[in-house]
Amino acid sequence: MLEEILITARSNPHIDPVLEVWNWQISVYLFFGGLTAGIMFFSALMQVLNKDREAPFAANGLALLGPIVLSLGMTTLFLDLSHKLFVWRFYTTFQPTSPMSYGAWILVLFYPVSVLQILSTLRKGYPMVVSYTERVPLLPQLLNLMETYRRPIAWMALPIAVGLGVYTGILLSAFSARPFWNTGLLGPLFLVSGLSTGAALTALIARQHSERQLFTRIDIGLIVAEMLVVALMLINLSTGARPQLEAAEKLLGGSYTMVFWGAFVAVGLLIPLLLETFELRGLMRSAAVLAPVLVLAGGYALRVIAVDLGQETTWINYESEFNPQLLERLR
Amino acid sequence: MARYGMVIDTKLCIGCADCVVACKTENKVPEGLNRDWVVEATQGTYPNLETEFRSERCNHCSNATCVTMCPTGASHHWKGTNIVLVDPNKCTGCKACISACPYDARLIMHPEGYIDKCTFCHHRVEKGMDPACVSACPTKCMHFGLLDDPNSEVSQLLRTRKHKVLAPETGNDPNVYYLI
Repeated sequence: MLEEILITARSNPHIDPVLEVWNWQISVYLFFGGLTAGIMFFSALMQVLNKDREAPFAANGLALLGPIVLSLGMTTLFLDLSHKLFVWRFYTTFQPTSPMSYGAWILVLFYPVSVLQILSTLRKGYPMVVSYTERVPLLPQLLNLMETYRRPIAWMALPIAVGLGVYTGILLSAFSARPFWNTGLLGPLFLVSGLSTGAALTALIARQHSERQLFTRIDIGLIVAEMLVVALMLINLSTGARPQLEAAEKLLGGSYTMVFWGAFVAVGLLIPLLLETFELRGLMRSAAVLAPVLVLAGGYALRVIAVDLGQETTWINYESEFNPQLLERLR
Repeated sequence: MARYGMVIDTKLCIGCADCVVACKTENKVPEGLNRDWVVEATQGTYPNLETEFRSERCNHCSNATCVTMCPTGASHHWKGTNIVLVDPNKCTGCKACISACPYDARLIMHPEGYIDKCTFCHHRVEKGMDPACVSACPTKCMHFGLLDDPNSEVSQLLRTRKHKVLAPETGNDPNVYYLI
């Protein structure tokens, strides 16, 4: 028996009894960051492949959502900072060992490329703006120029989309102090999940039936890939050392079992996978709206579980409050 | 890297918490927050029990993950030593360092929003003095000095006494030692 008890008050807020420095602001940011990666990835992919006919919304309309969604995420990220006036400090330096520093700079790269992407597709994606854009001096010429370079711009956007999607996972996985996060699989998991939510959003908004079907098919592939990565992660955790085993326990019978298997695996992966498969077969057409919504909800559930559970896993545990059960264990 | 270390004799420590009070006084630690704390660890089965007191704080790791994870360079090694400090003028309050510390809670949040922590009293060390907690200890169980210097008190203690560090398996190379 070994019991370690704090005999002077530490009670530091957000640290005792379990670490809780990151809350919904970070989960929301990671979710929107992944979704933005999906949005930019699929819009750029359809532009590179010239799929205007098969996927008119993805190729020309989708890109506009990118900066909107990412800005929402960056707002919650800003809300999380506790020393807000010094936020500019992210941009007076580059720290090569810190994934968060890479992320800060990827976010800065995203906006200009996204704006170019939007300019190169604006008139095709949103024809109603043409009457306005024609009236602004030089804008039609600028749009002409951007439209000529639509493919090169899309090629630039692809690596940024992948970088954004994968960094949100690497950000957490680089914390060796948090056994649940400390696996290289978190990067691919967040990337696949981000792409899946992006495909789901496209399937939800696209008007053309064949485009919805295309993105439903893409999403099925991504959900299957995500399930495989989740399975690998569970194997990795449950065959790890003691700190990993304690993290795995929380998913396999512990406090996160219901939310992980229910909200994420069942509601976020399995049910939409079935619904989307039915939909392609022409069954249960009414589920066409439900499946993508569930995928988006599952994507958010994954971020919440990752952020909350990751912080609870640790190398050192103290009993910081008087616990009568400990006396029982001394007998 | 000049390596400063703290050596704490658990055989002499009585868990009086004077180190905690000394730190709060010296560093004007905000109310309700602590940079150091005392742990009572009991091992065995009644009646064969063994209790050890440990005064704990930031381990000022040689391989400090809080420093590598900091996105702005606010968390840094002071003047090429192993002493880890946070520069409030660079800290955004992103809390990455708190998550990055395998020893949990080595860093506390200052009410103004930046991250604050044990500094090994570098302002005293600079003048050749011991950290406040070390000089206040009534049983003289705490020792501070250069681990690189083979003649320092801390090096001699580590040469002659059985000792341990907390969770060496984290790979952070902590520099607070406990004599056992």
